[in-house]
Amino acid sequence: MDFDIPRIPLGDWIEGGLDFLTTEFSGVTRGISRATQGGINLLNDGLMWLPEWALIAIVVLLCWRLSGRRLAIGALLGLALIWNLGLWDPMIQTLTLVVIATLVAVVIAIPLGILAAISDRFYRVIMPILDFMQTMPAFVYLIPAIPFFGIGSVSGIFATVIFSMPPAIRFTTLGIRQVPKDLIEAADAFGSTRGQKLVKVQLPLSLPTLMGGINQTIMLALSMVVIAAMIGANGLGSEVWRAIQRLRPGEGFEAGIAVVIMAMLLDRLTQSFSGRKKTR
Amino acid sequence: MTDTQQTKIQVRNLSKVFGGDTKKALELRDEGLKRTQIFEKTGQTLGLSNINFDVREGELLVIMGLSGSGKSTLIRCLNRLIEPTEGDIIIEGENIPQLNDKALLHCRRRHFSMVFQNFALFPHRSVQMNAEYGLEIRGIPKAERAAKAKNALRQVGLEGWENAYPSQLSGGMQQRVGLARALANDSSVLLMDEAFSALDPLIRRDMQQELIELQHRMKKTTIFITHDLDEALNIGDRIILLRDGEIVQIGTPEEILTRPADDYVARFTEGVDKSRVVTSRRAMRPVRATARDDDGPRTVIHKMGENSLDSIYVVDRERKLLGIVEVEQVEAAAKAGKESIRDLIATDFPSVGPDEPLSSLYSMFNGKSYPIAVVDDDRRLLGVVVKGAVLEQLAEAGEV
Repeated sequence: MDFDIPRIPLGDWIEGGLDFLTTEFSGVTRGISRATQGGINLLNDGLMWLPEWALIAIVVLLCWRLSGRRLAIGALLGLALIWNLGLWDPMIQTLTLVVIATLVAVVIAIPLGILAAISDRFYRVIMPILDFMQTMPAFVYLIPAIPFFGIGSVSGIFATVIFSMPPAIRFTTLGIRQVPKDLIEAADAFGSTRGQKLVKVQLPLSLPTLMGGINQTIMLALSMVVIAAMIGANGLGSEVWRAIQRLRPGEGFEAGIAVVIMAMLLDRLTQSFSGRKKTR
Repeated sequence: MTDTQQTKIQVRNLSKVFGGDTKKALELRDEGLKRTQIFEKTGQTLGLSNINFDVREGELLVIMGLSGSGKSTLIRCLNRLIEPTEGDIIIEGENIPQLNDKALLHCRRRHFSMVFQNFALFPHRSVQMNAEYGLEIRGIPKAERAAKAKNALRQVGLEGWENAYPSQLSGGMQQRVGLARALANDSSVLLMDEAFSALDPLIRRDMQQELIELQHRMKKTTIFITHDLDEALNIGDRIILLRDGEIVQIGTPEEILTRPADDYVARFTEGVDKSRVVTSRRAMRPVRATARDDDGPRTVIHKMGENSLDSIYVVDRERKLLGIVEVEQVEAAAKAGKESIRDLIATDFPSVGPDEPLSSLYSMFNGKSYPIAVVDDDRRLLGVVVKGAVLEQLAEAGEV
């Protein structure tokens, strides 16, 4: 009993497709690469130019204003610890990658989310794609990133954007679709155009949900930026990566704790921001 | 209602089928099948069938029916929040179902403002910004729309609440904002979809009264949807009764009560609460203006003109009721150069105490045009009862 069913060359097809894209669109990818690298350098240099104590002061003040004293104290202790451990520069590099990846992801995600909210057909097309993007193991995105953008931070951002975009799209769509039907009816009854309805009613009312989506995107971006160290993205991830290769658990945990502190600060800050919007 | 009123909207052969194959459903309807039979055969719901009526300029038209009668569908077909399946809706020469998207937008902005059952206020906008919404999307300059919205808010008694947000207001106040948002827009027709149904009974009564006064003042063509006969009788100039997507009767409140078109309408009017004992106090309204016995004829004419009355009660300094004067006589006296109205005062007018049952009031009208005065034990004027109010109250009590 030996059936000779040929193996489906799925991997070959995908590679063929990727090869095609890298060769045919090398001009485009190089342009994107250069622009992204420029953005990374600019933001990184800007953040590095600030003395450590100044940045800490800014973050602590922000936490105080947006949330309260507890978060401000937490921010002060956490950031001081990172500074003390000598992880300040990698932390800034990671922050830069997170900020840029999130910006790119949000800029792409919000229009797509709006489109999916307005058009049922587009909704049916994009939802399975989002499922695919979210369930595909995150490491896999790293591989095609290299032929597109080479080893380094730009590849890291590419993989991060793809991995972290879905919640921002989903939450935007959800937020808009959740706007009560009678408010839509009221907007229509007064003769609003589609654009007026969107800008004056649907988007403002979906803002809290939308901010929740952005919060999720930031969290996913942070986790992915760390993993992207495997393909040469700088930052706390590469500290962990080096610790693995040298089998130094102590150093690994130090960098890991720095990531946890960053995650908590980013999460609480964006949450308090969206919460403030909600209660006005 | 006079016959000289112009027609504002003509609705002709309006039908609405919910579901896919609308043609089949309408064919079956034309063969004489009823709503339930059509649903069994095709799975389509006949929401409205062959609706014909006119809306007159400046009237308050009530469309009344129980839930499922198609009243909400009907009002939404007028501004095409729901697309009608067939028929014409003509407003100022435009046939609404035929309009393209752009013309429809224009038509909605120009002709229709809507007030919703659950208020549908924008929670992220202040009271002022809610009232400005309709003007804002039309691109009216900021200063102008702010002034118009403020004026509309004053009309509904919300002066000073401009900066509050809807969630900070009670239900009654929220619906005032809804009304102001519609009024500020200055469209030619006001659509009110069960506008007071979500309010508690006392507030509701007040709002009805205010709507009547507002409507009287502004002469705004209003189409009001309700499931409540009391409300329909209380506010409507004319009432359209709707059942299963068809019009059962169109008429004034009095016609509906006294000449019900069929058993359905009759049962409706019987169904109202008989238990309440109604007295004149209930139907009483405050007096709009009174003359003093030492007023001159010209003052009295002015007072009557201000309040568009053709007769006015005369009271003394303690508000004790002396009698009534009619406009013709006062005008004649003014022409003759008389200084006083004292010898014009007629005393043979009906007056009752506040606890007189309404059933005995009805016969007192007997061709008289002026209202019945309600006085207390010291003959001080408390208010007046007009014929319409007696009818409404009797209708509520099921006495007609």
